[in-house]
Amino acid sequence: MKILVPVKRVLDYNVKPRVKSDGTGVDLANVKMSMNPFDEIGVEEAIRLKEKGVATEIVAVSVGPAKAQETLRTALAMGADRAILVQTDDDVEPLALAKIFKAIADAEQPGLVILGKQAIDGDNNQTGQMLAALTGWAQGTFASAVNVEGDHVSVTREVDGGLETVKLKLPAIVTTDLRLNEPRYASLPNIMKAKSKPLDTKTPADYGVDTAPRVKTVKVSEPPVRSAGVKVADVDELVAKLKAMGVHS
Amino acid sequence: MKTLVWVEHDGKAVKDATLAVVTAASKLGEVHLLVAGSGVDAVAQEAAQIAGVGKVHVADNAAFDHNLPENVAPLVAELMASHDAFLAPATTTGKNIAPRVAALLDVMQISEILSVEGPKTFTRPIYAGNAIATVESSDAKLVLTVRGTAFDKAATSGGSGTVEAVGAGGDAGISSFVGAEIAKQDRPELTSAKIIVSGGRALGSSEKYQEVIVPLADKLNAALGASRAAVDAGYVPNDYQVGQTGKIVAPQVYFAIGISGAIQHLAGMKDSKTIVAINKDEDAPIFQVADFGLVADLFSAVPELTGKI
Repeated sequence: MKILVPVKRVLDYNVKPRVKSDGTGVDLANVKMSMNPFDEIGVEEAIRLKEKGVATEIVAVSVGPAKAQETLRTALAMGADRAILVQTDDDVEPLALAKIFKAIADAEQPGLVILGKQAIDGDNNQTGQMLAALTGWAQGTFASAVNVEGDHVSVTREVDGGLETVKLKLPAIVTTDLRLNEPRYASLPNIMKAKSKPLDTKTPADYGVDTAPRVKTVKVSEPPVRSAGVKVADVDELVAKLKAMGVHS
Repeated sequence: MKTLVWVEHDGKAVKDATLAVVTAASKLGEVHLLVAGSGVDAVAQEAAQIAGVGKVHVADNAAFDHNLPENVAPLVAELMASHDAFLAPATTTGKNIAPRVAALLDVMQISEILSVEGPKTFTRPIYAGNAIATVESSDAKLVLTVRGTAFDKAATSGGSGTVEAVGAGGDAGISSFVGAEIAKQDRPELTSAKIIVSGGRALGSSEKYQEVIVPLADKLNAALGASRAAVDAGYVPNDYQVGQTGKIVAPQVYFAIGISGAIQHLAGMKDSKTIVAINKDEDAPIFQVADFGLVADLFSAVPELTGKI
Protein backbone atom coordinates (compact mmCIF):
# COMPACT_ATOMS: atom_id res chain seq x y z
CA MET A 1 0.00 0.00 0.00
CA LYS A 2 1.14 3.47 -0.87
CA ILE A 3 0.71 6.36 1.59
CA LEU A 4 0.41 9.97 0.51
CA VAL A 5 1.55 12.52 3.10
CA PRO A 6 0.89 16.21 2.47
CA VAL A 7 3.24 18.56 4.39
CA LYS A 8 3.20 22.33 4.75
CA ARG A 9 5.97 24.82 5.39
CA VAL A 10 4.83 27.16 8.16
CA LEU A 11 6.18 29.66 10.65
CA ASP A 12 8.04 27.64 13.30
CA TYR A 13 5.83 27.05 16.33
CA ASN A 14 8.39 28.67 18.64
CA VAL A 15 8.37 31.97 16.77
CA LYS A 16 5.92 34.64 17.87
CA PRO A 17 3.83 35.70 14.85
CA ARG A 18 4.02 39.45 14.20
CA VAL A 19 1.22 41.20 12.39
CA LYS A 20 2.49 43.46 9.59
CA SER A 21 1.92 47.14 10.27
CA ASP A 22 -0.08 47.56 7.06
CA GLY A 23 -2.56 44.91 8.27
CA THR A 24 -2.09 42.64 5.25
CA GLY A 25 -0.93 39.58 7.13
CA VAL A 26 1.74 38.10 9.36
CA ASP A 27 5.37 38.95 8.69
CA LEU A 28 7.18 35.88 7.32
CA ALA A 29 10.35 37.65 6.15
CA ASN A 30 13.54 36.38 7.78
CA VAL A 31 11.84 34.15 10.32
CA LYS A 32 12.37 30.47 10.99
CA MET A 33 10.06 28.23 8.98
CA SER A 34 9.48 24.54 9.72
CA MET A 35 7.25 21.65 8.85
CA ASN A 36 3.77 22.05 10.33
CA PRO A 37 3.94 19.98 13.58
CA PHE A 38 0.77 18.00 12.78
CA ASP A 39 2.20 17.08 9.35
CA GLU A 40 5.38 15.87 11.03
CA ILE A 41 3.19 13.48 13.02
CA GLY A 42 1.64 12.38 9.72
CA VAL A 43 5.05 11.62 8.20
CA GLU A 44 6.03 9.68 11.33
CA GLU A 45 2.84 7.61 11.23
CA ALA A 46 3.39 6.73 7.59
CA ILE A 47 6.96 5.63 8.37
CA ARG A 48 5.73 3.47 11.27
CA LEU A 49 3.18 1.81 8.95
CA LYS A 50 6.01 1.12 6.50
CA GLU A 51 8.19 -0.30 9.28
CA LYS A 52 5.29 -2.60 10.25
CA GLY A 53 5.13 -3.83 6.66
CA VAL A 54 1.70 -2.29 6.06
CA ALA A 55 2.91 0.43 3.70
CA THR A 56 5.30 -0.09 0.81
CA GLU A 57 5.94 3.45 -0.33
CA ILE A 58 5.56 6.92 1.19
CA VAL A 59 5.06 9.91 -1.10
CA ALA A 60 5.38 13.33 0.53
CA VAL A 61 3.72 16.24 -1.22
CA SER A 62 3.78 19.96 -0.56
CA VAL A 63 2.01 22.88 -2.20
CA GLY A 64 4.02 26.05 -1.73
CA PRO A 65 6.97 28.17 -2.77
CA ALA A 66 10.32 26.81 -3.99
CA LYS A 67 11.53 26.78 -0.39
CA ALA A 68 8.92 24.16 0.48
CA GLN A 69 11.53 21.81 -1.01
CA GLU A 70 13.30 22.05 2.36
CA THR A 71 10.17 20.79 4.08
CA LEU A 72 9.95 17.92 1.63
CA ARG A 73 13.64 17.10 2.19
CA THR A 74 12.88 16.92 5.91
CA ALA A 75 10.11 14.41 5.18
CA LEU A 76 12.50 12.44 2.97
CA ALA A 77 15.17 12.51 5.68
CA MET A 78 12.65 11.18 8.19
CA GLY A 79 11.88 8.28 5.87
CA ALA A 80 9.56 9.21 2.99
CA ASP A 81 10.59 7.62 -0.31
CA ARG A 82 9.92 10.38 -2.80
CA ALA A 83 8.40 13.81 -2.96
CA ILE A 84 6.25 16.06 -5.14
CA LEU A 85 6.45 19.84 -4.90
CA VAL A 86 3.46 21.64 -6.39
CA GLN A 87 5.13 24.98 -6.72
CA THR A 88 3.24 28.24 -6.33
CA ASP A 89 3.81 31.53 -4.55
CA ASP A 90 0.07 31.93 -3.99
CA ASP A 91 -1.48 31.35 -0.60
CA VAL A 92 -3.53 28.28 -1.54
CA GLU A 93 -6.80 27.75 0.33
CA PRO A 94 -7.82 24.35 1.74
CA LEU A 95 -10.45 23.76 -0.98
CA ALA A 96 -7.89 24.25 -3.77
CA LEU A 97 -5.34 22.17 -1.82
CA ALA A 98 -7.88 19.36 -1.54
CA LYS A 99 -8.45 19.54 -5.30
CA ILE A 100 -4.70 19.27 -5.97
CA PHE A 101 -4.38 16.33 -3.55
CA LYS A 102 -7.40 14.69 -5.19
CA ALA A 103 -5.68 14.88 -8.57
CA ILE A 104 -2.48 13.44 -7.07
CA ALA A 105 -4.47 10.69 -5.35
CA ASP A 106 -6.09 9.82 -8.70
CA ALA A 107 -2.64 9.45 -10.23
CA GLU A 108 -0.89 7.73 -7.30
CA GLN A 109 -3.76 5.54 -6.00
CA PRO A 110 -2.68 5.58 -2.34
CA GLY A 111 -4.35 3.34 0.26
CA LEU A 112 -4.13 6.08 2.85
CA VAL A 113 -3.62 9.82 2.81
CA ILE A 114 -2.36 11.09 6.18
CA LEU A 115 -2.61 14.84 6.77
CA GLY A 116 -2.10 17.08 9.78
CA LYS A 117 -5.45 18.02 11.30
CA GLN A 118 -4.62 21.67 10.70
CA ALA A 119 -1.72 23.92 9.81
CA ILE A 120 -0.66 26.19 12.64
CA ASP A 121 -0.74 29.30 10.44
CA GLY A 122 -4.26 29.42 8.99
CA ASP A 123 -5.75 27.06 11.62
CA ASN A 124 -8.43 26.07 9.11
CA ASN A 125 -8.73 22.36 9.92
CA GLN A 126 -10.38 21.60 6.57
CA THR A 127 -8.08 20.07 3.98
CA GLY A 128 -8.36 16.41 5.03
CA GLN A 129 -12.13 16.48 5.34
CA MET A 130 -12.43 18.27 1.99
CA LEU A 131 -10.15 15.74 0.31
CA ALA A 132 -12.35 12.98 1.77
CA ALA A 133 -15.44 14.63 0.26
CA LEU A 134 -13.83 15.03 -3.18
CA THR A 135 -12.50 11.45 -3.30
CA GLY A 136 -15.65 10.03 -1.72
CA TRP A 137 -13.44 8.20 0.79
CA ALA A 138 -14.05 7.77 4.49
CA GLN A 139 -12.28 10.08 6.95
CA GLY A 140 -10.73 9.50 10.37
CA THR A 141 -9.95 12.95 11.70
CA PHE A 142 -7.95 13.96 14.83
CA ALA A 143 -6.41 10.48 15.05
CA SER A 144 -4.64 9.24 18.15
CA ALA A 145 -4.31 5.64 16.89
CA VAL A 146 -4.32 4.13 13.40
CA ASN A 147 -4.53 0.38 12.77
CA VAL A 148 -4.77 -1.08 9.29
CA GLU A 149 -6.70 -4.38 9.35
CA GLY A 150 -7.06 -5.98 5.90
CA ASP A 151 -9.20 -3.74 3.70
CA HIS A 152 -10.15 -1.47 6.60
CA VAL A 153 -8.43 0.96 8.90
CA SER A 154 -9.55 1.53 12.44
CA VAL A 155 -8.96 5.06 13.67
CA THR A 156 -9.22 6.21 17.27
CA ARG A 157 -10.21 9.87 17.28
CA GLU A 158 -9.70 12.57 19.88
CA VAL A 159 -13.15 14.04 20.39
CA ASP A 160 -14.38 16.58 22.92
CA GLY A 161 -14.46 14.74 26.20
CA GLY A 162 -12.64 11.58 25.19
CA LEU A 163 -11.93 9.15 22.40
CA GLU A 164 -14.00 7.39 19.77
CA THR A 165 -13.09 4.66 17.34
CA VAL A 166 -14.37 4.35 13.79
CA LYS A 167 -13.75 1.66 11.19
CA LEU A 168 -13.16 2.95 7.67
CA LYS A 169 -13.05 1.19 4.34
CA LEU A 170 -9.75 1.69 2.48
CA PRO A 171 -8.68 3.84 0.76
CA ALA A 172 -9.25 6.42 3.46
CA ILE A 173 -8.17 9.81 4.76
CA VAL A 174 -6.60 10.22 8.21
CA THR A 175 -5.82 13.51 9.93
CA THR A 176 -3.42 13.53 12.86
CA ASP A 177 -3.76 14.82 16.38
CA LEU A 178 -0.96 15.33 18.89
CA ARG A 179 -1.24 12.01 20.68
CA LEU A 180 -0.75 9.85 17.59
CA ASN A 181 3.03 9.60 17.95
CA GLU A 182 6.23 11.48 18.65
CA PRO A 183 8.00 12.25 15.38
CA ARG A 184 11.61 11.11 15.08
CA TYR A 185 14.53 13.35 14.34
CA ALA A 186 16.25 12.68 11.05
CA SER A 187 19.77 11.30 11.52
CA LEU A 188 22.68 12.94 9.72
CA PRO A 189 23.22 9.97 7.34
CA ASN A 190 19.51 10.06 6.50
CA ILE A 191 19.65 13.80 5.86
CA MET A 192 22.50 13.14 3.43
CA LYS A 193 20.61 10.27 1.81
CA ALA A 194 17.48 12.42 1.45
CA LYS A 195 19.35 14.74 -0.87
CA SER A 196 19.40 12.09 -3.58
CA LYS A 197 15.81 10.90 -3.18
CA PRO A 198 13.53 11.85 -6.10
CA LEU A 199 11.66 15.16 -5.88
CA ASP A 200 9.33 16.10 -8.76
CA THR A 201 8.27 19.67 -9.30
CA LYS A 202 4.80 20.45 -10.68
CA THR A 203 2.42 23.40 -10.71
CA PRO A 204 -1.28 23.65 -9.74
CA ALA A 205 -2.03 24.09 -13.46
CA ASP A 206 -0.53 20.64 -14.14
CA TYR A 207 -3.42 19.28 -12.09
CA GLY A 208 -5.96 21.64 -13.65
CA VAL A 209 -6.64 23.38 -10.36
CA ASP A 210 -7.49 27.07 -10.12
CA THR A 211 -5.96 28.45 -6.91
CA ALA A 212 -7.65 31.86 -7.03
CA PRO A 213 -8.86 32.58 -3.49
CA ARG A 214 -12.56 32.34 -2.67
CA VAL A 215 -12.12 34.15 0.62
CA LYS A 216 -10.60 37.61 0.64
CA THR A 217 -8.58 38.73 3.65
CA VAL A 218 -9.81 42.26 4.34
CA LYS A 219 -7.29 42.85 7.10
CA VAL A 220 -5.21 41.14 9.74
CA SER A 221 -4.91 42.76 13.12
CA GLU A 222 -3.37 42.15 16.51
CA PRO A 223 -5.66 40.46 19.02
CA PRO A 224 -6.81 42.62 21.93
CA VAL A 225 -3.77 43.18 24.14
CA ARG A 226 -3.72 41.71 27.58
CA SER A 227 -2.10 43.89 30.13
CA ALA A 228 -0.30 42.55 33.15
CA GLY A 229 -2.33 42.70 36.33
CA VAL A 230 -1.04 42.87 39.84
CA LYS A 231 1.47 40.91 41.85
CA VAL A 232 0.06 39.63 45.10
CA ALA A 233 2.29 39.48 48.16
CA ASP A 234 1.29 36.09 49.47
CA VAL A 235 -1.19 33.23 49.29
CA ASP A 236 -3.63 34.98 51.63
CA GLU A 237 -3.90 37.97 49.33
CA LEU A 238 -4.39 35.65 46.34
CA VAL A 239 -7.11 33.73 48.19
CA ALA A 240 -8.85 37.03 49.00
CA LYS A 241 -8.72 38.15 45.34
CA LEU A 242 -10.06 34.81 44.14
CA LYS A 243 -12.84 34.73 46.72
CA ALA A 244 -13.85 38.26 45.69
CA MET A 245 -14.35 36.85 42.18
CA GLY A 246 -16.41 33.99 43.50
CA VAL A 247 -13.67 31.40 43.08
CA HIS A 248 -13.59 29.07 46.04
CA SER A 249 -14.27 25.45 46.83
CA MET B 1 -30.73 34.73 4.15
CA LYS B 2 -31.80 31.24 5.26
CA THR B 3 -29.35 29.52 7.56
CA LEU B 4 -29.10 25.87 8.53
CA VAL B 5 -27.58 25.15 11.94
CA TRP B 6 -26.17 21.77 12.94
CA VAL B 7 -27.69 20.72 16.26
CA GLU B 8 -25.16 18.94 18.40
CA HIS B 9 -26.89 16.46 20.68
CA ASP B 10 -26.36 13.19 22.51
CA GLY B 11 -29.56 11.55 21.34
CA LYS B 12 -31.42 12.84 24.38
CA ALA B 13 -30.80 16.58 24.66
CA VAL B 14 -29.42 19.53 22.70
CA LYS B 15 -25.81 20.28 23.64
CA ASP B 16 -24.93 23.79 24.76
CA ALA B 17 -22.48 24.26 21.88
CA THR B 18 -25.52 24.60 19.58
CA LEU B 19 -26.83 27.71 21.34
CA ALA B 20 -23.93 30.01 20.47
CA VAL B 21 -24.26 28.91 16.84
CA VAL B 22 -27.94 29.89 16.83
CA THR B 23 -26.90 33.38 18.00
CA ALA B 24 -24.35 33.64 15.18
CA ALA B 25 -26.87 32.38 12.61
CA SER B 26 -29.54 34.85 13.76
CA LYS B 27 -27.15 37.67 12.82
CA LEU B 28 -27.26 36.39 9.22
CA GLY B 29 -30.96 35.69 8.80
CA GLU B 30 -33.66 33.11 9.32
CA VAL B 31 -32.55 30.24 11.57
CA HIS B 32 -33.36 26.65 10.61
CA LEU B 33 -31.96 23.72 12.55
CA LEU B 34 -31.01 20.20 11.55
CA VAL B 35 -31.39 17.37 14.04
CA ALA B 36 -30.00 14.10 12.69
CA GLY B 37 -30.06 10.66 14.30
CA SER B 38 -32.48 7.91 15.23
CA GLY B 39 -35.22 8.45 17.80
CA VAL B 40 -34.49 12.15 18.14
CA ASP B 41 -38.05 13.45 18.55
CA ALA B 42 -37.37 14.76 22.06
CA VAL B 43 -34.25 16.56 20.83
CA ALA B 44 -36.21 18.12 17.96
CA GLN B 45 -38.96 19.30 20.31
CA GLU B 46 -36.36 20.81 22.64
CA ALA B 47 -34.57 22.45 19.69
CA ALA B 48 -37.83 24.03 18.49
CA GLN B 49 -38.05 25.90 21.81
CA ILE B 50 -34.72 27.70 21.29
CA ALA B 51 -35.38 31.42 20.91
CA GLY B 52 -35.35 32.62 17.32
CA VAL B 53 -35.69 29.25 15.61
CA GLY B 54 -37.97 29.12 12.56
CA LYS B 55 -37.88 25.52 11.46
CA VAL B 56 -36.38 22.27 12.72
CA HIS B 57 -35.52 19.68 10.08
CA VAL B 58 -35.43 16.19 11.53
CA ALA B 59 -33.57 13.44 9.72
CA ASP B 60 -34.55 10.33 11.67
CA ASN B 61 -32.23 7.59 10.49
CA ALA B 62 -29.82 5.32 12.37
CA ALA B 63 -27.20 6.07 9.69
CA PHE B 64 -26.85 9.52 11.25
CA ASP B 65 -26.17 8.26 14.77
CA HIS B 66 -22.61 8.99 15.87
CA ASN B 67 -22.38 11.84 13.35
CA LEU B 68 -20.45 9.87 10.75
CA PRO B 69 -19.50 12.57 8.21
CA GLU B 70 -19.62 10.13 5.29
CA ASN B 71 -23.37 9.77 5.93
CA VAL B 72 -24.22 13.18 7.35
CA ALA B 73 -22.43 15.48 4.87
CA PRO B 74 -24.50 14.41 1.83
CA LEU B 75 -27.68 15.01 3.87
CA VAL B 76 -26.56 18.54 4.77
CA ALA B 77 -25.42 19.24 1.22
CA GLU B 78 -28.85 18.26 -0.06
CA LEU B 79 -30.63 20.51 2.45
CA MET B 80 -28.33 23.34 1.40
CA ALA B 81 -30.17 23.47 -1.95
CA SER B 82 -32.78 25.50 -0.07
CA HIS B 83 -30.49 27.32 2.41
CA ASP B 84 -27.80 29.96 2.01
CA ALA B 85 -25.50 29.25 4.95
CA PHE B 86 -24.55 26.18 6.98
CA LEU B 87 -23.25 26.79 10.49
CA ALA B 88 -21.82 24.23 12.90
CA PRO B 89 -20.16 24.63 16.28
CA ALA B 90 -16.34 24.50 16.20
CA THR B 91 -16.42 21.29 18.25
CA THR B 92 -14.74 18.08 17.13
CA THR B 93 -18.09 17.05 15.61
CA GLY B 94 -18.62 20.33 13.75
CA LYS B 95 -15.02 20.41 12.55
CA ASN B 96 -15.37 16.87 11.27
CA ILE B 97 -18.55 17.48 9.27
CA ALA B 98 -18.52 21.10 8.01
CA PRO B 99 -15.49 20.95 5.66
CA ARG B 100 -16.87 17.77 4.09
CA VAL B 101 -20.11 19.64 3.42
CA ALA B 102 -18.20 22.66 2.09
CA ALA B 103 -16.25 20.59 -0.43
CA LEU B 104 -19.44 18.85 -1.61
CA LEU B 105 -20.87 22.33 -2.25
CA ASP B 106 -17.60 23.63 -3.75
CA VAL B 107 -17.48 26.31 -1.06
CA MET B 108 -14.43 27.51 0.87
CA GLN B 109 -15.34 27.21 4.56
CA ILE B 110 -14.62 29.95 7.09
CA SER B 111 -13.51 28.29 10.32
CA GLU B 112 -14.07 29.34 13.94
CA ILE B 113 -15.71 32.70 13.37
CA LEU B 114 -15.48 35.13 16.27
CA SER B 115 -17.90 37.75 14.94
CA VAL B 116 -20.27 38.51 12.10
CA GLU B 117 -19.19 41.79 10.46
CA GLY B 118 -21.48 41.69 7.43
CA PRO B 119 -23.52 39.24 5.34
CA LYS B 120 -20.33 37.60 4.08
CA THR B 121 -17.70 39.13 6.34
CA PHE B 122 -16.40 37.57 9.54
CA THR B 123 -13.47 37.70 11.92
CA ARG B 124 -11.53 34.58 12.81
CA PRO B 125 -8.35 33.75 14.71
CA ILE B 126 -5.24 32.68 12.84
CA TYR B 127 -1.85 31.64 14.24
CA ALA B 128 -3.59 30.24 17.34
CA GLY B 129 -5.17 33.60 18.07
CA ASN B 130 -1.95 35.59 17.74
CA ALA B 131 -3.64 37.45 14.90
CA ILE B 132 -7.25 38.11 13.98
CA ALA B 133 -8.22 38.06 10.31
CA THR B 134 -11.24 39.82 8.88
CA VAL B 135 -12.31 37.78 5.87
CA GLU B 136 -14.97 38.05 3.20
CA SER B 137 -16.39 35.12 1.28
CA SER B 138 -17.05 35.33 -2.45
CA ASP B 139 -18.85 31.98 -2.63
CA ALA B 140 -22.57 31.80 -3.41
CA LYS B 141 -23.21 29.91 -0.17
CA LEU B 142 -21.54 30.04 3.22
CA VAL B 143 -20.15 27.23 5.35
CA LEU B 144 -19.03 28.39 8.79
CA THR B 145 -17.89 26.92 12.06
CA VAL B 146 -18.49 29.06 15.12
CA ARG B 147 -16.24 29.45 18.16
CA GLY B 148 -18.61 28.95 21.09
CA THR B 149 -16.84 31.29 23.50
CA ALA B 150 -17.26 34.23 21.09
CA PHE B 151 -21.08 34.35 20.98
CA ASP B 152 -23.74 34.51 23.68
CA LYS B 153 -25.88 31.45 24.07
CA ALA B 154 -29.40 31.71 22.66
CA ALA B 155 -32.18 31.24 25.23
CA THR B 156 -33.42 27.66 25.44
CA SER B 157 -37.05 28.74 25.61
CA GLY B 158 -39.35 31.21 23.92
CA GLY B 159 -39.00 29.77 20.43
CA SER B 160 -41.79 28.18 18.46
CA GLY B 161 -40.10 26.44 15.55
CA THR B 162 -42.04 24.05 13.35
CA VAL B 163 -40.71 20.51 13.20
CA GLU B 164 -40.47 18.94 9.77
CA ALA B 165 -39.20 15.49 8.80
CA VAL B 166 -36.65 15.20 6.01
CA GLY B 167 -36.38 11.80 4.47
CA ALA B 168 -33.18 11.93 2.48
CA GLY B 169 -29.91 10.17 2.96
CA GLY B 170 -28.65 6.93 4.36
CA ASP B 171 -25.57 4.85 5.01
CA ALA B 172 -22.76 5.50 2.52
CA GLY B 173 -21.38 2.10 3.53
CA ILE B 174 -17.76 3.17 3.93
CA SER B 175 -17.52 3.86 7.65
CA SER B 176 -18.90 2.58 10.92
CA PHE B 177 -18.79 3.56 14.57
CA VAL B 178 -16.96 1.06 16.79
CA GLY B 179 -17.07 2.61 20.25
CA ALA B 180 -16.23 5.55 22.48
CA GLU B 181 -14.38 6.09 25.70
CA ILE B 182 -15.70 9.33 27.03
CA ALA B 183 -13.82 10.59 30.05
CA LYS B 184 -15.69 10.22 33.32
CA GLN B 185 -17.72 13.27 34.20
CA ASP B 186 -16.18 13.75 37.65
CA ARG B 187 -13.87 16.35 36.17
CA PRO B 188 -14.84 18.95 33.55
CA GLU B 189 -13.21 18.66 30.16
CA LEU B 190 -10.39 21.02 29.31
CA THR B 191 -12.05 22.90 26.45
CA SER B 192 -15.29 23.67 28.29
CA ALA B 193 -14.12 23.97 31.93
CA LYS B 194 -14.81 27.14 33.90
CA ILE B 195 -11.57 26.72 35.84
CA ILE B 196 -8.34 25.10 34.67
CA VAL B 197 -5.31 24.30 36.79
CA SER B 198 -2.19 23.79 34.66
CA GLY B 199 1.25 22.69 35.73
CA GLY B 200 4.59 23.20 34.04
CA ARG B 201 8.13 21.94 33.89
CA ALA B 202 8.98 23.39 37.31
CA LEU B 203 7.01 20.57 38.96
CA GLY B 204 9.88 18.26 38.13
CA SER B 205 7.99 14.96 38.06
CA SER B 206 4.73 13.17 37.43
CA GLU B 207 4.45 12.47 41.18
CA LYS B 208 4.73 16.17 42.03
CA TYR B 209 2.07 16.99 39.43
CA GLN B 210 -0.26 14.53 41.20
CA GLU B 211 0.71 15.83 44.65
CA VAL B 212 0.55 19.58 43.95
CA ILE B 213 -1.71 20.27 40.95
CA VAL B 214 -4.42 17.62 41.27
CA PRO B 215 -5.61 18.51 44.83
CA LEU B 216 -6.11 22.18 43.85
CA ALA B 217 -8.05 21.12 40.74
CA ASP B 218 -10.14 18.72 42.85
CA LYS B 219 -10.96 21.43 45.33
CA LEU B 220 -12.10 23.87 42.61
CA ASN B 221 -13.75 21.23 40.41
CA ALA B 222 -11.32 22.33 37.72
CA ALA B 223 -9.95 20.67 34.60
CA LEU B 224 -6.28 19.68 34.53
CA GLY B 225 -3.86 21.15 32.02
CA ALA B 226 -0.14 21.31 31.37
CA SER B 227 2.47 23.12 29.34
CA ARG B 228 4.18 21.43 26.44
CA ALA B 229 7.37 21.22 28.50
CA ALA B 230 5.54 19.21 31.18
CA VAL B 231 4.02 16.94 28.54
CA ASP B 232 7.35 16.45 26.76
CA ALA B 233 8.95 15.61 30.12
CA GLY B 234 6.31 12.90 30.56
CA TYR B 235 4.61 14.30 33.68
CA VAL B 236 1.17 14.00 32.09
CA PRO B 237 -0.31 12.60 28.86
CA ASN B 238 -0.38 14.67 25.66
CA ASP B 239 -4.09 15.43 25.88
CA TYR B 240 -3.40 17.68 28.88
CA GLN B 241 -1.44 20.09 26.73
CA VAL B 242 -2.65 23.65 26.50
CA GLY B 243 -1.01 25.66 23.75
CA GLN B 244 -0.68 26.34 20.08
CA THR B 245 -0.22 22.67 19.22
CA GLY B 246 -2.43 21.45 22.05
CA LYS B 247 -5.80 22.66 23.20
CA ILE B 248 -6.97 26.27 22.94
CA VAL B 249 -8.84 27.18 26.11
CA ALA B 250 -10.66 30.23 27.45
CA PRO B 251 -11.93 29.45 30.96
CA GLN B 252 -13.11 31.94 33.56
CA VAL B 253 -9.98 31.30 35.62
CA TYR B 254 -6.71 29.77 34.45
CA PHE B 255 -4.05 28.81 36.98
CA ALA B 256 -0.56 28.63 35.45
CA ILE B 257 1.63 26.93 38.02
CA GLY B 258 5.34 26.59 37.44
CA ILE B 259 4.79 27.61 33.82
CA SER B 260 7.25 30.16 32.45
CA GLY B 261 4.90 31.28 29.68
CA ALA B 262 6.47 30.28 26.35
CA ILE B 263 4.71 31.79 23.28
CA GLN B 264 3.52 28.31 22.45
CA HIS B 265 1.66 28.09 25.76
CA LEU B 266 0.38 31.67 25.85
CA ALA B 267 -1.24 31.14 22.45
CA GLY B 268 -3.45 28.48 23.97
CA MET B 269 -4.68 30.26 27.10
CA LYS B 270 -4.37 34.01 26.75
CA ASP B 271 -8.10 34.44 26.10
CA SER B 272 -8.87 33.17 29.60
CA LYS B 273 -10.91 35.68 31.57
CA THR B 274 -8.60 35.72 34.58
CA ILE B 275 -5.08 34.32 34.64
CA VAL B 276 -3.38 33.43 37.91
CA ALA B 277 0.34 32.70 37.75
CA ILE B 278 2.49 31.16 40.44
CA ASN B 279 6.17 31.01 39.64
CA LYS B 280 9.35 31.58 41.60
CA ASP B 281 11.03 33.46 38.74
CA GLU B 282 9.67 36.98 38.91
CA ASP B 283 10.87 37.69 35.37
CA ALA B 284 8.91 34.78 33.87
CA PRO B 285 6.91 35.99 30.81
CA ILE B 286 3.74 34.48 32.27
CA PHE B 287 3.55 37.46 34.65
CA GLN B 288 3.12 39.79 31.66
CA VAL B 289 -0.29 38.30 30.94
CA ALA B 290 -1.34 37.31 34.46
CA ASP B 291 -4.08 39.21 36.28
CA PHE B 292 -2.80 37.93 39.61
CA GLY B 293 0.84 36.95 39.91
CA LEU B 294 2.41 35.33 42.94
CA VAL B 295 6.18 35.05 43.03
CA ALA B 296 6.69 32.07 45.26
CA ASP B 297 7.94 28.50 45.49
CA LEU B 298 5.05 26.50 44.08
CA PHE B 299 5.75 23.50 46.32
CA SER B 300 4.78 25.50 49.38
CA ALA B 301 2.42 28.10 47.86
CA VAL B 302 0.10 25.73 46.02
CA PRO B 303 -0.63 23.38 48.94
CA GLU B 304 -1.23 26.48 51.08
CA LEU B 305 -3.62 27.84 48.44
CA THR B 306 -5.40 24.47 48.24
CA GLY B 307 -5.81 24.54 52.01
CA LYS B 308 -7.15 28.09 52.17
CA ILE B 309 -9.34 28.46 49.11
